[in-house]
Amino acid sequence: MIELRNISKRFGTVRANDHIDIKVEPATIHAIVGENGAGKSTAMRIAYGFYAADSGEILIDGRPRRIARPQDAIALGIGMVHQHFMLVDTMTVAENIVLGAEPGTALTLDLPQAASRIRKLSEDFKLSVDPGATVEDLSVGQQQRVELLKALYRDARLLILDEPTAVLTPQEVEEFFSILRRMREQGKTIVIITHKLSEVLSISDDVTVMRDGRVVGRVKTRDTSAAELARLMVGREVLLRVDKPDAKPGAVALSVRDFSVTTAEGVKPVDNVSFEVRSGEIVGIAGVEGNGQTELVEALAGLVDPLRVSGDVSLGGASLAGVGARRRRELGIAHIPEDRHRRGLLLEFSLDENAILGVHYRPPITTYPGGVILDEREIRRRTTDIIARFDVRPPNPELPARALSGGNQQKLIIGREFELGPKLLLVSQPTRGVDIGAIEFIHRKLVALRDGGCAVLLVSAELEEVMSLSDRLLVIHNGHIAGEVNPKAATPADIGLLMTRGRLH
Amino acid sequence: MRLLRELLFPAIAVLAAFVVGGIFVLIVGDSPIETYRLLIGSALWWPDGIGYTLFYATPLIFTGLAVAVAFRAGLLNIGAEGQLYVAAFATAWTGITFARLPAPLLIPLCFVAAIAAGSFWAVIPGVLKARFGSHEVINTIMMNFIAVALVSYFTQYHYRTPGDPIMESAPIGANAHIARLGRFLPGFPERIPLNLAFLLALLACALVYVFLWRTKWGYELRATGTNPSAAEYGGISIRRQIVVAMAISGALAGCVGINEVLGYRHLYYDGFSDNYGFTGIAVALLGRNHPVGVLLAALLFAVLTRGGIPVDAFTEHVTKDIVQILQATIILFVAAEGFFRGAVDRFGLLRRPKV
Repeated sequence: MIELRNISKRFGTVRANDHIDIKVEPATIHAIVGENGAGKSTAMRIAYGFYAADSGEILIDGRPRRIARPQDAIALGIGMVHQHFMLVDTMTVAENIVLGAEPGTALTLDLPQAASRIRKLSEDFKLSVDPGATVEDLSVGQQQRVELLKALYRDARLLILDEPTAVLTPQEVEEFFSILRRMREQGKTIVIITHKLSEVLSISDDVTVMRDGRVVGRVKTRDTSAAELARLMVGREVLLRVDKPDAKPGAVALSVRDFSVTTAEGVKPVDNVSFEVRSGEIVGIAGVEGNGQTELVEALAGLVDPLRVSGDVSLGGASLAGVGARRRRELGIAHIPEDRHRRGLLLEFSLDENAILGVHYRPPITTYPGGVILDEREIRRRTTDIIARFDVRPPNPELPARALSGGNQQKLIIGREFELGPKLLLVSQPTRGVDIGAIEFIHRKLVALRDGGCAVLLVSAELEEVMSLSDRLLVIHNGHIAGEVNPKAATPADIGLLMTRGRLH
Repeated sequence: MRLLRELLFPAIAVLAAFVVGGIFVLIVGDSPIETYRLLIGSALWWPDGIGYTLFYATPLIFTGLAVAVAFRAGLLNIGAEGQLYVAAFATAWTGITFARLPAPLLIPLCFVAAIAAGSFWAVIPGVLKARFGSHEVINTIMMNFIAVALVSYFTQYHYRTPGDPIMESAPIGANAHIARLGRFLPGFPERIPLNLAFLLALLACALVYVFLWRTKWGYELRATGTNPSAAEYGGISIRRQIVVAMAISGALAGCVGINEVLGYRHLYYDGFSDNYGFTGIAVALLGRNHPVGVLLAALLFAVLTRGGIPVDAFTEHVTKDIVQILQATIILFVAAEGFFRGAVDRFGLLRRPKV
């Protein structure tokens, strides 16, 4: 169906694609896997006409084709669904789908005709999307199906999906995969970019593995295993499950009683929640994103207006009511935020300057006179220490944080927060957008911190992650704690039910 | 090396503006080379050229720094103009009211008056933003109108010498005068109004640099400007930073009053500002919100202002409007930097060193 032949692409000094060959057979599901920055997305963006390749050619149905712009790709029957949806929230499904390919004459818009075609497509592939619905009323999974429809509406025969499952719940993933299988049966070809190996194994026919801009493996899915793929991806053996000794929980570090957060609009994203975290244990919070995890963690970190929270929170028995973010940090609460670009980093600032965020105002970072001047030597010492212990690359403290890859940015933040020697660590999505090698590293660091006697509250959208890291697992649904499960005994299906329905039956 | 790279684009913008300005000169029928020789030569002539150029640069350094500090905190202070008017008036008022005090008391008092008044005028929109979220651009503009009208009113009806046809206050006490540099520099005539405020401006550049990049306060201010969410996460109060940044910004703008009243006219002259507050925005933009850049940009703008006068007088056709054209095109080119960056990148001139 499509073949990338000897494609190369450089960005500055980085070889994003280095003479790669990818061949996708018609009516198959082809997975492209690799760590962040391996060049998967670049290759697909070249195929879709977002980037021009420096060299090499693209063949469609065996004939060399020039794809200079996305329009060329669309004309050749290629559709792409991005990780971040490109939908206008306030418009209807039909309006979104026809956007850029409006039916009718120059002056009229024939929406009813479009709507009936969309309805037909939706039925053919069992997408159950109502063309008249407004996009903002749809769930994330439904929005994704709108994106699929957008491509199908333009007669795409080849669909490129960039990390499509990152935003879905386990149930939604299953549903989504059955849609993909249905599409394959009807003759569509699908390329799926991902770094989740379990999904690759369950959905794909062929796998292309990329590493450092090169294709390092081409296998039939039925002939391979997760371990082999992981080894190809990172170039060495990886532990997929976290190997950790049993927790030795100590005294209660964090106690949360009848805790609620109310927004300015009067909504309660966190509604009457109670739980405890003891030192030396990792308590996980599983849940579909948007069920109150963000607000809970931000409130515990002191980042929510005290007027908007109610209930009791105490650290080591001392109440935290009305205590601000700075003081909480001084009391030993470290926080690895879910959104590192928005919360965790000053992207334009150097690693040096990022390494002191939160402790920048007190000794030993400040020095004479009057405790006002920043001690450059001490800052540099701290940064190089973090860089060394957390393997931040490239190890140049003067680089802006923006220059680092996601995984290295995350390691910098983790290093900074670990430097506090925290009693309690609040950590959200510690490995989001982080490659496999770094995930393993981060997991080991979290377990080591726990074994050092820190209490850890872990929030993650990755079910596998919370299940394998947590000593106890709470499931949050709609702002409530829907239940506590034993992460060793519970099945993903049970947890998925709690996550999506708030109950087991 | 980093400084060079930072200065490259402003330098290209300035050169490009001179080329465009040269085309205008050609169109009106004079020689661009001759005009520019006159413009720059006269601005750097010892002692009058240099003296006046530095004198013109003084208020622009202050306002440029004022805009730059606010900008580093993520705020656009369009109100330097109003702040410097209020400050100049407050300085004059202090110099008149306490004229009998000895100089070692009166001069610091006048300094404090200028800094406090400018600061106060800027803090009002700062507090409005911090407390109610109202936009500082709108509010600083409004505060400009109020400032200009207010000081005009006081000059006209309360502080004018009776019978004086000019809108100016009574003179300040002689003890409030600060020295002109001619007093210290051999061969530099005292009639040139360049005064100690220029040295204060240089000191302000150094202090702003140390403040922004060497103190925890500067760190907090810059952190707030670059990413308020992350600053909040780091335990920094954004509301406080907004107020602090506006206070410092207004104080710097207020220092223009020191140059104008204590060093130059020795009275409050209504409408004295040649748009210093607004030119300060351009100076900060060209100087990339860095004290060194602000200093260089202020000097450049002062050269143009000073050099424009002989250009007006001694060329056949070109008027001093050429200066306006040059300033405006410089700003246009600086603002269009992204365009240059793309073009220059293509030739690989700016490829970052390997890390």
